[in-house]
Amino acid sequence: MNALNQYTDLYEANRAAVDAGSAPVLNRLRPEALDALKRIGRLPDKSDEGFEKTSVNDMFAPDFGVNINRMSLPVDVASSFRCGVPNLSTLLGIMVNDRFMPTATLVGNLPQGVTVCSLAKAAAEQPALVERYYGTAARADNAGTALNTLLSQDGIFIHVGKGVRLDKAIQIVDIFHSAFPLMAARRVLVVAEDGAKVAVLKCDHTQTGSERCLASEVIEIFAGRGAEVEWYDIEESDGSTSRYSQLYARQEGGSSLTVCGSTLTNGVTRNEYHIDVCGEHTVTHLSGMAIGSSSQHIDNFSVLRHGACHGHSDQLFKYVLDERSTGAFEGSIEVCHGSRFVEAYQSNRNILASKDARMHSKPQLLIYNDDVKCSHGATTGQLDEKAMFYMQTRGIPREEARRMLMQAFMADVIDTIALEPLRDRLRHMVERRFAGEKAGCRDCGAGC
Amino acid sequence: MSDEILLKVTDLRAKVEEKEILKGINLTVRPGEVHAIMGPNGSGKSTLSSVLAGNPAFTVTGGSVEFHGIDLLALPPEDRSHEGLFLSFQYPVEIPGVSMVNFMRAAVNAKREYFHEPALSAGDFLKLMRQKRAIVELDNKLASRSVNEGFSGGEKKRNEIFQMAVLEPRLSILDETDSGLDIDALRVVAGGVNQLKTSRNATIVITHYQRLLDYIKPDFVHVLYKGRIVRTGGPELALELEEKGYDWIKEENL
Amino acid sequence: MDTDKTKNEIKERENAGKEMTSDDALLNEVTEGDYKYGFVTDIDTDIIPVGLDEDVVRLISRKKGEPQWMLDFRLKAFRYWLTLTPPKWAHLKIPDIDFQAISYYAAPVKKEGPKSLDEVDPELIKTFDRLGIPLQEQKQLTGMAVDAVMDSVSVKTTHKEALAERGIIFCSISEAVRDYPDLVKKYLGSVVSYKDNFYAALNSAVFSDGSFVYIPKGVRCPMELSTYFRINASGTGQFERTLIVADDDSYVSYLEGCTAPMRDENQLHAAIVEIVVEDRAEVKYSTVQNWYAGDKEGRGGVYNLVTKRGLCRGDYSKLSWTQVETGSAITWKYPSCVLAGRGATGEFYSVAVTRNYQQADTGTKMIHLAPDTRSTIVSKGISAGHSENSYRGLVKVTPAAEGARNYTQCDSLLLGSECGAHTFPYIDVMNPSAVVEHEATTSKISEDQIFYCNQRGISTEEAVGLIVNGYAKEVMNKLPMEFAVEAQRLLAITLEGSVG
Repeated sequence: MNALNQYTDLYEANRAAVDAGSAPVLNRLRPEALDALKRIGRLPDKSDEGFEKTSVNDMFAPDFGVNINRMSLPVDVASSFRCGVPNLSTLLGIMVNDRFMPTATLVGNLPQGVTVCSLAKAAAEQPALVERYYGTAARADNAGTALNTLLSQDGIFIHVGKGVRLDKAIQIVDIFHSAFPLMAARRVLVVAEDGAKVAVLKCDHTQTGSERCLASEVIEIFAGRGAEVEWYDIEESDGSTSRYSQLYARQEGGSSLTVCGSTLTNGVTRNEYHIDVCGEHTVTHLSGMAIGSSSQHIDNFSVLRHGACHGHSDQLFKYVLDERSTGAFEGSIEVCHGSRFVEAYQSNRNILASKDARMHSKPQLLIYNDDVKCSHGATTGQLDEKAMFYMQTRGIPREEARRMLMQAFMADVIDTIALEPLRDRLRHMVERRFAGEKAGCRDCGAGC
Repeated sequence: MSDEILLKVTDLRAKVEEKEILKGINLTVRPGEVHAIMGPNGSGKSTLSSVLAGNPAFTVTGGSVEFHGIDLLALPPEDRSHEGLFLSFQYPVEIPGVSMVNFMRAAVNAKREYFHEPALSAGDFLKLMRQKRAIVELDNKLASRSVNEGFSGGEKKRNEIFQMAVLEPRLSILDETDSGLDIDALRVVAGGVNQLKTSRNATIVITHYQRLLDYIKPDFVHVLYKGRIVRTGGPELALELEEKGYDWIKEENL
Repeated sequence: MDTDKTKNEIKERENAGKEMTSDDALLNEVTEGDYKYGFVTDIDTDIIPVGLDEDVVRLISRKKGEPQWMLDFRLKAFRYWLTLTPPKWAHLKIPDIDFQAISYYAAPVKKEGPKSLDEVDPELIKTFDRLGIPLQEQKQLTGMAVDAVMDSVSVKTTHKEALAERGIIFCSISEAVRDYPDLVKKYLGSVVSYKDNFYAALNSAVFSDGSFVYIPKGVRCPMELSTYFRINASGTGQFERTLIVADDDSYVSYLEGCTAPMRDENQLHAAIVEIVVEDRAEVKYSTVQNWYAGDKEGRGGVYNLVTKRGLCRGDYSKLSWTQVETGSAITWKYPSCVLAGRGATGEFYSVAVTRNYQQADTGTKMIHLAPDTRSTIVSKGISAGHSENSYRGLVKVTPAAEGARNYTQCDSLLLGSECGAHTFPYIDVMNPSAVVEHEATTSKISEDQIFYCNQRGISTEEAVGLIVNGYAKEVMNKLPMEFAVEAQRLLAITLEGSVG
């Protein structure tokens, strides 16, 4: 079954409504996206290279509703949210389904040179600025991305002006709240101009009692010359949620980019990281953590392309898979012709904790240049029995020893996070996750 | 000592990447002499040895080096070696999978070929190795291991002196050979160097400390600072340096 | 139309090899980097016209005097092949091959199979002598039994009688079809089905000859068995087929060497190797592949598109693949192990060198089907010039493979800035007690190492040879002694002029 048609049909029947609910700068790319989708003809499935374990087609196949007419939702969802990251005073924005709602922290609280607002609003108010970046890093010929471009009406726009160093982290909370099956096309645009600094923390939630939902998410990140960008993403949705997230980042000379994505609870997730290093002397840290149980499915895919000299990159992806969960990792390092003195490393480590869990790992190196140091490693195994026994002889119950070792296994992913309070918080969340509790934000009243 | 000149370095300048490190070095070495080159970190000591040996990471920007009448700088590194220049590396390089035996045989026979001599037979070669190994008390087992791989710091340095013994150079440059050595290893290494000393060959000892010079007695001591030899004297200069430290030189050369 | 005798043009462009005895010689003799096996032998060749249809398949079968069941096997494969298209997934640029422009059968002309060496065309003996493959048994000091395959047919198998005393069968596959039909029927296509892939289907339809080996229960084969493959005739493809069966508690070491003349056109080589390993048996399969790789501009050379697979059917059986790949314009080859018996072991040791415009996409598949199975993969890629060198490997641990272990080490060494080195491992783990490890590195040859060698008087060229041989040692050590020396020399020669 071709899942794509229902979305293109929907768009073609409701062009005016889609455009009306958005802004001209965003509408401008829709016809092109539609052409691309018609040309490609379908969403990727397991027969496609790079999608062996995850069919995007199947994720999009159910009959989801799309809120083209921008019907409003109960406001209490947003107001009931409490940030659970102690000691991290963030600038908070909430995205309910595909609608952005700023909180008081974002209103009149932003330093000079910083914009955090609805993407549609920004596109209407500063069209030239948004147009310069929107859709320029994302690959227009990619089916998932084109579909997002076709349907997304709003999203989040983060802009940090030249030389502005934002000390507070920006937090985005994505919440699904729907009484019917829903697909939300979310879009994020992050621009750090030359010398700017910004850290963004995003977490995904699905409110209990919600129907089946699907997030189509495209994130574009631009790190200007010498800019420092951090992007942290924690998914804590539920078994009824599917997520297809595609992150595109472009790094200019001297910039540093840290990206860390954690999947703690979910249904079916496919995360893609497309990082293009365009300038020299860059640093890139890309990491991911996946904790799977029940029948969760987590697929991370990365392409880190070094198109310039003197780039340094590290990739680290770790999975602990229990019960019937499945994991997939495909990551590649590409060093282009002429990109000399590149050091690029990639590591994928996995633990299968049950007999029904499955892991598929496909690390790749594509090197077109000799003056490089590149390596990748992948291991799939289980917890160290010797360590487990040693801990037991010291009186630690086996289950607890197991939990401690799993937690320890994830420590180096958590350590890639530069924000210390977030590190502590994530550590705690992972601990609770392994203890079988829903990690959730403690004081949050959002009921997700 | 003789009037013959083995090495004559004249106004030698060199840079690495875009940074000039050697800013006009002048040095004359005659057969039978031992020269010590001392100086604080970053003064250009190791650069000098690298440039003399022909390390392609460095670019010569001026000056000349004459080695027993030959234009040394015109030769590729292997020919400099054949002509009798030996560098004992500060950090000997590890070459996995290449056994010491194969490595040394390649080196010995390349030199013989350069002088139009027939290659050594396996038997003669092994005899040579055995004989030279004794000089630095190098364990036989090391010969079958890969070049420098998994060697301790002391073993690596002994291995350098062993290679020096095999190749019989006319000029040996010992680059910080004392670094990372305990006193016993230092004694063995220095003993090896002294055994190999004749009236026909010469040694340049590059060191930060006077300690090594207790074992290898220099005839001349040069102080290298900011890419120039700022002072030359006899063995007493090393002692003076030991006593006063390099700050003394630094102050003088402000 | 059957016998279309053609005489090949004489192009003795040889730079024939001298005897190779020791490492010494290896280091000293490294002077000439051109392909030294590029001569053409002037012998009468029986070549059928180009093109492929059912009649050609029938003709091949008839020429070989095959029974009906063999023809049926071929026809079934041919009909299936017609439904397929060449695979495109490899990191290779394979020009479209016109399968109708190839002659599918070429044989040195002879009346019947040679009964003794006197009956073999002297030119042919000379060819194999030049390749360093002595067919005269009295000359053989190495204790190696040789089956020599020229173009499509097996020319001569040596030491047959000595082997027969122990019940070992070592003969051409055509003889095996005739003399041991039950064994061939039982095993042919049992590991590599004609449905496996495009080239396997093609081979199953048109395979001409190859070697057949059967080692009976409890027998350790007393000598290395060796097949030497040679493509000689122009405009032909070589489609040989090798079948090795090692019965319970047996052991055999099998070597394969390959060369071809220098020609401006491309030649197709699409072989199948099938190996069956029974309880506690062990098979070592070593390849030194040196098909003509094309010239410096990438003209000519062999397309080496090969399916090799072993089935470790028996408990505690073991199959070890070792390959040194320096030739071919294009290599597409994944010698694999299906580990179906409890405690079975699979090994893959590979050195693949590419230079000029060569392309290689090679690796292995380790399929763990049974408990306590083990596999080891060591792959060393060396790329120079404008070449593309890829490792592609699959490690699959199925739910039944309790306690399976895999270790993979995959290194790439780059000589020059115009070449590419790529690593594509696929790792599928479906059992939590399995431990699968994959490590890969890519780096250029170290300037420090070269300078260190230079300082000791070793030229850059020679230093590269030393360093590369050191780098590949882990794999070279797995080759039988005679082969190791040849392979080492090949490596040094292949890389000449690669670092400037």
